[in-house]
Amino acid sequence: MVRFENVGLRYGLGPEVLRDLNFQIPAHSFQFLTGPSGAGKTSLLRLLFLSHRPTRGLVNLFGHDISQLGKDEIADLRKRIGIVLQDFRLLDHMTTYENVALPFRVMGRSESSYRKEVIDLLKWVGLGERMDALPPILSGGEKQRAAIARAVISRPQLLLADEPTGSVDPTLGRRLLRLFIELNKSGTAVIIATHDIALMDQYEARRFVLHQGRLHVYE
Amino acid sequence: MSRTDERGVLVDLGQERPPLPARARNLSPIVPRASIHGRALVAVVAIMTFLASMTTGTVLLVSASAAEWQSDVASEITIQVRPQTGRDLDRDTAAVTEAMRAQAGIVEVKPFTKDESGKLLEPWLGTGLSMDDLPVPRMIIARVQPGTPLDLGALRARVTQVAPSASVDDHRAWIERMRSMTNATVLAGLGILALVIIATIISVSFATRGAMAANRPIVEVLHFVGAGDRYIANRFLRHFLRLGLEGGVIGGGAAMLVFGFSESIAGWFSGTPVGDQFAALLGTFSLRPSGYVVLAVQAVLIGAITAVASRQTLFATLNDVD
Repeated sequence: MVRFENVGLRYGLGPEVLRDLNFQIPAHSFQFLTGPSGAGKTSLLRLLFLSHRPTRGLVNLFGHDISQLGKDEIADLRKRIGIVLQDFRLLDHMTTYENVALPFRVMGRSESSYRKEVIDLLKWVGLGERMDALPPILSGGEKQRAAIARAVISRPQLLLADEPTGSVDPTLGRRLLRLFIELNKSGTAVIIATHDIALMDQYEARRFVLHQGRLHVYE
Repeated sequence: MSRTDERGVLVDLGQERPPLPARARNLSPIVPRASIHGRALVAVVAIMTFLASMTTGTVLLVSASAAEWQSDVASEITIQVRPQTGRDLDRDTAAVTEAMRAQAGIVEVKPFTKDESGKLLEPWLGTGLSMDDLPVPRMIIARVQPGTPLDLGALRARVTQVAPSASVDDHRAWIERMRSMTNATVLAGLGILALVIIATIISVSFATRGAMAANRPIVEVLHFVGAGDRYIANRFLRHFLRLGLEGGVIGGGAAMLVFGFSESIAGWFSGTPVGDQFAALLGTFSLRPSGYVVLAVQAVLIGAITAVASRQTLFATLNDVD
């Protein structure tokens, strides 16, 4: 589903932050991405999410060489990817329900076709009673779950999560991991970027370790 | 993935939180309506539309008044019979009046009497002056049937034949000057209008840039959920079109009120010396319904220009965000 060949990334004229990345992510797979701060985890996630283009090498996503794609095609590919960022990126003027329903709204679907699905998911992540709340009044954990719900609502083929348990307590972290595992079982390939060794120890999965811009894969 | 109730909730929030009435509807617009940048844009467009409407309204008023003057003056011929030694002024005036009445295409001839001629000079010479001591010429006003071609040369020859001291003036030179002045005023108005519109576009572009900078998180989130540039641009375009129209309606409406109010003031002063002078200069000071329609169309046009300027800025900004 994802193939990187000799991929390098640099910002402007600076040094390469990612070097010679060679890996594949099969469909339905689960992997953790880890490494010290500044190792390039977020940059790699951004490459995977197509918000950065590699400065060299080949990135093939869902069978498409991304260097050949235009902006509209990239936007279409992004609809197949869900992303959870460290700072949640919820829209403050929209309710939790509206934030989670946003991907469907962007797809142009009628609200009646997805309303029940959004409500069910919100209940499932424990936000059933916070559907009409605005993000500024949500707790960190609630925001995290709303961001995750938004990322998974359209059942993406690939889910990228950047430190998804960074702002929650260990108990909630374990529950969120359970959510990702459930998603993976339902067919979504999952990549979780985390520093949290304890979290990774809870689930047997492939580990990508980034160190000084290079990637080491531990099966 | 199954999202059924039997799976239970991922996080139990407990029973202490009362259940909220779940409206759970898409009620919020993707781009929030009220923001400081939005209000600034409405204010900019309103001010620019007001200035543009005032300019257009003034140009329309001047053009209409000038057209009225021109049509009044163009349908008149003035004959001046000067006193000449050895000739009887009253007889010459009567002879010219008769000659004019006999002329085809002249519908009305009004000779001014000695007293009436004196009254014309009162503003300069004051009252109580004996006109017998002054060589005051006599005026004869002839009204030409509109659309009748008049051979002015032949008319002049005929008039001077009966009264050698008479001169005929069809006000052509004055009308030409008036036409030049009106054209210059209209051109100046159009120039100001063009400047106002250019200033509007520049201001709107900056306001859009500011609004886009403030809404950058929204743009990024929309990208995250797979929205293309066209989708995002359309959402913002709708937002800016609404703001532009709002500003256009406020500015255009305020200008219409000013013209309506001025018209009322002109009506209140009608019949007073000031009002009469004003009416003589600017006619009825009325924009007429067609003028108000022009202002309304212009307000909508400025709203549309706002949207187009925003659209250009939007795509440039979206490229930057990428």
